Amino acid sequence: MKQKNRGLAVFTFLVFVFLLGPLLIISVTSFEGGSVLKFPIETFSFKWYENIFKVNMFLTSFKTSIIVSLAGNLLALILGIPAAYALSRFDFKGKSVLNAVFISPILIPGIVLGFTFLRYIVTTYHFPIYTGLFIGHTIIMLPFVIRVISSSLSTFDFSIEEAAHSLGASKIGTFFQVVLPNIKSGIIAAVMIAFLESFNNVDISVFMTGPGVSTFPIQMLTYVETYFDPTIAAISVMLMIITAFFMFIVERLMGLSYFTKR
Amino acid sequence: MALFTLENISVAYNKQNILQDFNLEIEEGKFVSLLGPSGCGKTTTLRLIAGFLESNNGKFLYKGKDYTKVPVNKRNFGFVFQNYALFPHLTIFDNVAFGLRLRKASKSEIEKRVASVLEIVNLRGFEKRYPKELSGGQRQRVAIARALVIEPDLLLFDEPLSNLDANLRENMRIEIRRIQQELGITTVYVSHDQEECFAISDQVAIMNKGIIEQLSDPATIYNYPKTKFVADFIGFKNFIEFENRTIHENEIELSKSGFTFIVQKNQANTESDRKIGAIRPDNLVIRPFQELVNPGGNELPGKVKIRTFLGRSYQYIIETPIGDFTVNQEMLVPYQVGDEIILEFPANKMVLVK
Repeated sequence: MKQKNRGLAVFTFLVFVFLLGPLLIISVTSFEGGSVLKFPIETFSFKWYENIFKVNMFLTSFKTSIIVSLAGNLLALILGIPAAYALSRFDFKGKSVLNAVFISPILIPGIVLGFTFLRYIVTTYHFPIYTGLFIGHTIIMLPFVIRVISSSLSTFDFSIEEAAHSLGASKIGTFFQVVLPNIKSGIIAAVMIAFLESFNNVDISVFMTGPGVSTFPIQMLTYVETYFDPTIAAISVMLMIITAFFMFIVERLMGLSYFTKR
Repeated sequence: MALFTLENISVAYNKQNILQDFNLEIEEGKFVSLLGPSGCGKTTTLRLIAGFLESNNGKFLYKGKDYTKVPVNKRNFGFVFQNYALFPHLTIFDNVAFGLRLRKASKSEIEKRVASVLEIVNLRGFEKRYPKELSGGQRQRVAIARALVIEPDLLLFDEPLSNLDANLRENMRIEIRRIQQELGITTVYVSHDQEECFAISDQVAIMNKGIIEQLSDPATIYNYPKTKFVADFIGFKNFIEFENRTIHENEIELSKSGFTFIVQKNQANTESDRKIGAIRPDNLVIRPFQELVNPGGNELPGKVKIRTFLGRSYQYIIETPIGDFTVNQEMLVPYQVGDEIILEFPANKMVLVK
């Protein structure tokens, strides 16, 4: 029995090494003092972290990514909250179909989605690059917003809404005064998850970006094609930290069970 | 004149009728309970009065005005939910003040009225807490306070005590009755608990499959049920479907399979369609077997079929020539299964129902 447990422990340890090892190696290499990525490092320095802020294309693309993600996020919330509410609150014909449609952007391969967007948003309708990115990112964020807010509404007791209604609140007033405050943590979690999804997205953005306008991950790709210095490792570490911080907040608000329920 | 009236109301769900041609009148200041098994339409009736549900047909009149199409938030009725339905994100004070703020009451008035209503439900000092910090009984009192503070024209309760444990339930129902009496608010109360309804109501409506079988004061229902359903629901376990019925000056004579029964006459049981005799297990009497003392009536020869121990008494199932009867009887030396006995039906304890 004891033998078996030790075997399991070793196995678990190996899985962890497999999962976290690369991240660890990247983190270490980001502190390399020389100008070539290597592991283990020979000299220690922060200079590649400083370099991130010196390279102009990183700064502009970072700004683009933030703007696209935040604006898309806002629109995804405006569309997603009422949709999630309707799906949780009411029973109607075609509800399961609608549910599937809202989730479909998660299931369809990103490259397919990206190509479709390129075909219509860019080639057929000639939307400006910014607008195209904004629409594309809204669409990929929407399912996450709907999923997270639906799961937060699933624990909401709708008789609370009836109570407000019977005390004199109108239907819209009830929504803003009673429903929204009670799913606040769900909304914050939805914003963070959707933001990460959009900010880290490559497969859609790669089709939508064009001359002069690029998102941060696309810019990273471009950079790696030409330079092989540890700047990318430094950026990766910073992105990991930001992601971990966001996930920590989501975990605090809703629990990560949302990811295992899928 | 009735304060409000339901006139020929019909409600259907998925093409199934919950209520059909339903009628109910309730007078001002009365405490009326709707009582019945689940699925009888009592909650539907309550939600219809509140305005949460729309009827397919019929009218809801309040003080003679047509309220059928008036939306919930314009009715000024207080509703107390089974699961309390407090606002989790608001303090007790803000929960209670919710309705007043919507009515644009001034700050000082809100403070005054919330304080006085929390006084009524004995929750002074809890203003700053949140619902999740309160016990079930306290939460339900907050819910009652929240409904009372808007000075509702009608107070509606949907099984408010069913989530509470037995002791608390008894205290709370006394509390609800006290508050209703103090404020004189017309109240409609839904429950499936017979004792609860009888304890607090002026009138009880026993409902079955979307109709009211009987609407009377609790004592009348308890002693003189009108229909077999009502009788069964309030504990008359034994029924005899009589074949013949003769009304005499002071009594009614009935018979079944050659056995004669005498029932005392009252204003209710002379109605021509009442031919089913009903009697409670507590009111039947078992005597040791001997000759029938009164061959003229109200006695049957029988045999003990099953005996169970109830604590205070024994329960017997007695087999007789006209069917089995359930009897509860206290007895230091109980009868044994298989004993031959005489079963006696006291003339003043049997009622006639239809």
